[in-house]
Amino acid sequence: MDFKLKIWRQKNAKAQGHFETYEIKGIEEDASFLEMLDILNEQLIREGADPVAVDKGCKSSGPVSFDHDCREGICGACSLYIDGRAHGPDSQVTTCQLFMRHFKDGATITVEPWRSSGFPIIKDLVVDRSAFDKILQAGGFISVRTGAAQDANNILIPHEKAEKSMDAAACVGCGACVATCKNGSAMLFVGARVSSLALLPQGRPEAARRARAMVAKMDELGFGNCTNTRACEMECPKGISVDHIARLNREFLKAKFSE
Amino acid sequence: MADKLISKIPDGPLAEKWTKRKSEIRLVSPNNKRKLEVIVVGTGLGGASAAASLGELGYNVKVFCISDSPRRAHSIAAQGGINAANNYQNDNDSVYRLFYDTIKGGDYRSREANVYRLAEVSAAIIDQCVAQGIPFAREYGGYLANRSFGGVQVSRTFYARGQTGQQLLLGAYASLNKEIAAGTVKSYPRHEMLDLVIINGQAKGIIARNLVTGKLERFGAHAVVIATGGYGNTYFLSTNAMNSNGSAAWQCYKKGAFFANPCFAQIHPTCIPRHGDQQCKLTLMSESLRNDGRIWVPNNLDDVKKLRAHEIKASQIPEERRDYYLERRYPAFGNLVPRDVASRAAKERCDAGFGVNETGQAVFLDFADAIKRLGHQRVAERYGNLFDMYEKITNSSPWEEPMMIYPAIHYTMGGIWVDYDLQTTVPGLFAIGEANFSDHGGNRLGASALMQGLADGYFILPVTIGDYLSHKFAEPKTDINAPEFEEAEKAVQARIDKLFSIKGKQPVDALHKKLGNIMWDYVGMARDEKGLKKAIEEIQALKKEFWSDVCVTGTNEEFNQELEKALRLADFLEIGELMARDALNRTESCGGHFRVESQTPEGEAQRDDANFMYVSAWEYKGEDKEPELHKEPLKYEFIEVKTRNYKD
Repeated sequence: MDFKLKIWRQKNAKAQGHFETYEIKGIEEDASFLEMLDILNEQLIREGADPVAVDKGCKSSGPVSFDHDCREGICGACSLYIDGRAHGPDSQVTTCQLFMRHFKDGATITVEPWRSSGFPIIKDLVVDRSAFDKILQAGGFISVRTGAAQDANNILIPHEKAEKSMDAAACVGCGACVATCKNGSAMLFVGARVSSLALLPQGRPEAARRARAMVAKMDELGFGNCTNTRACEMECPKGISVDHIARLNREFLKAKFSE
Repeated sequence: MADKLISKIPDGPLAEKWTKRKSEIRLVSPNNKRKLEVIVVGTGLGGASAAASLGELGYNVKVFCISDSPRRAHSIAAQGGINAANNYQNDNDSVYRLFYDTIKGGDYRSREANVYRLAEVSAAIIDQCVAQGIPFAREYGGYLANRSFGGVQVSRTFYARGQTGQQLLLGAYASLNKEIAAGTVKSYPRHEMLDLVIINGQAKGIIARNLVTGKLERFGAHAVVIATGGYGNTYFLSTNAMNSNGSAAWQCYKKGAFFANPCFAQIHPTCIPRHGDQQCKLTLMSESLRNDGRIWVPNNLDDVKKLRAHEIKASQIPEERRDYYLERRYPAFGNLVPRDVASRAAKERCDAGFGVNETGQAVFLDFADAIKRLGHQRVAERYGNLFDMYEKITNSSPWEEPMMIYPAIHYTMGGIWVDYDLQTTVPGLFAIGEANFSDHGGNRLGASALMQGLADGYFILPVTIGDYLSHKFAEPKTDINAPEFEEAEKAVQARIDKLFSIKGKQPVDALHKKLGNIMWDYVGMARDEKGLKKAIEEIQALKKEFWSDVCVTGTNEEFNQELEKALRLADFLEIGELMARDALNRTESCGGHFRVESQTPEGEAQRDDANFMYVSAWEYKGEDKEPELHKEPLKYEFIEVKTRNYKD
């Protein structure tokens, strides 16, 4: 398969970005999107190292930087906005689990980084998502010390409750929800964590404090509000439901009333 | 130097060793802990749990990871589960059985005392994780559910769907966040350790590159903990994450830490087969699938030919023309034999010409019987997400046709040599999790990596490191302007400058693929003397090629993934050579290390206990010099060493 790629290039956080267009040929349809980018990068490096290609006017900005790691859809590192959609045209996958068979041969594909003021660009397609760490540091945990735990089977959790908690806990922290939200809201991310812990008896003692602190931190870091467009749910690679935002709202209101 | 290999295993009965050691360890008072600094490198299960626990104890902790967040460490990708001897199933499990299965699964090349301790603390891990809010699978009555894994006959594996590693890591990461918020831990994401700093023979700090700015930064401490995982990516294609690397451990080796059993690499039997040359990464399908999936190939070459030509589908091959070769060869364990045994059996069938796809390197993992027996819904509850993942990647549905699988490099049992306290041969330098060598011998059992990472990080290192630090609280903070830091930073800078100065023609990945091919061909599932010698020669030649023709684009003073990869590949080239050297030395077959020269008439691995019942610990002797081999003899006082038997 052959493609034309329009890719966002930006040297660093302060530099002005721009699109560059590349052509790539002979991609296997079973190759993943990121493998396709690996091949592009190898091509760009070889062209850059080749004086003849440089003479012919090859002046690309070198290989394209993009975050990636596990390539199994679980680490949440990859983060591309492809043809106007977070993680591209397939549903419920991260970019690393997107395969070229989902594109038409000869297509032009536009690749951008996450676009959100909460995630400043580091380089090309790489963004800074440390705001997510900061939100979780504000309260996304249960305050238990190592070694202080009781026997695991002393805490009974009905099957359905555990499954529901797990649905929310499946969040990989990729930031697609923020990138796709017109308000740049992190409510699905925060909702998933708050809800996952609030559903479990172990999480109840700190539920109110957690909801308050995480929402406050999210606001402080410049993420927008939720206006219930449900775009986040549509683009979440793990299919996390906006029900968890509703539960976050309940926990938050309860916390406010108990103040 | 032999006296450096003191394992410090406490005397006394096996079950009392850990208690005894804990009672001997000197304590550090809370006001002194505040004065002590510890560096933890890596934030997988081992690193995150250690940093969090050390922070809780009151030490000043600095934690480093190469990703943009500690949560992305590759522990997150572990699917199937975590073993623990809670015996909630009442199937006669016990600490002793978990210990015994692990020693036997490791083919009698791990330390009795370490493995027993691992089993001993395993139940506390589950308690801890549940308290952190990890949504493990539950029975309808609300009690914890379990499943089975390879190499055992009980159900002791706890799980959270097919995302157990993710949930455990998010638990450890949450504890880490709690400590970061409390100010006891300072986190440095997007930082890569490039050297270890030693002052007066003791580990005192690291040089790390800020991966965003490129700046080399110095960090001092009273002790350094390495938790950077394994070196499986030496093979280029593996199930490891793309950024997983052996560099931090390798720098420690070059600074004097012995490297143990480098040739023990695990090849996991259930990975999605390669699709072509453009591939960068192999995907694992959880071992838990072998609970209900049956592995087979056709028993005749005619069907194989038709399968490869897409003339028939697997589901059309009748029962009598199938060879369920694991059930045939190992009736007692069937599809749940350990990973090394299952991998070799798959290779044996494929080498005999029975591979079921175009490349000839694939076997079937079939769920038709399980779906018939359990029904669609129960199979979906157990494996639904894995089926989806398989279908996304391969475009084929496991509900209709069996999965195709083939072995791939997955885990490295070898690693930095440590004593019972998890301290390396360099005082003040500790290694935990996959980065050390201590618990899995020649082969790791499924669902035991998570157990070891968390055992080391939550329950062992935070105790044992105290013994070392109890002598250090009077020492002042490490001065990062000391000449040793200066020198280490200069050396790192020189290495980086050299890479940029080469301006060669070959991209880093192209050279890494070449290394991967050498490793897979000669240091893979079957190794022999001729091949290993050839591997060493070829790797040395490739190393020269790398240092004269690699193309590293960009500059140091920026976010530069090509430079990151080049620095890591420089180390993989050396790691690969040491792996081959160790494999050449160990002329027995043992666990994941199969020497063609050493097998039984039935083709099973043949250990040589008389000559190889030891840990090989390699000492770095300088650039282009041969490393020196030290041997730590393994003594089995409490169990009888047997030939592994999964047949009856």
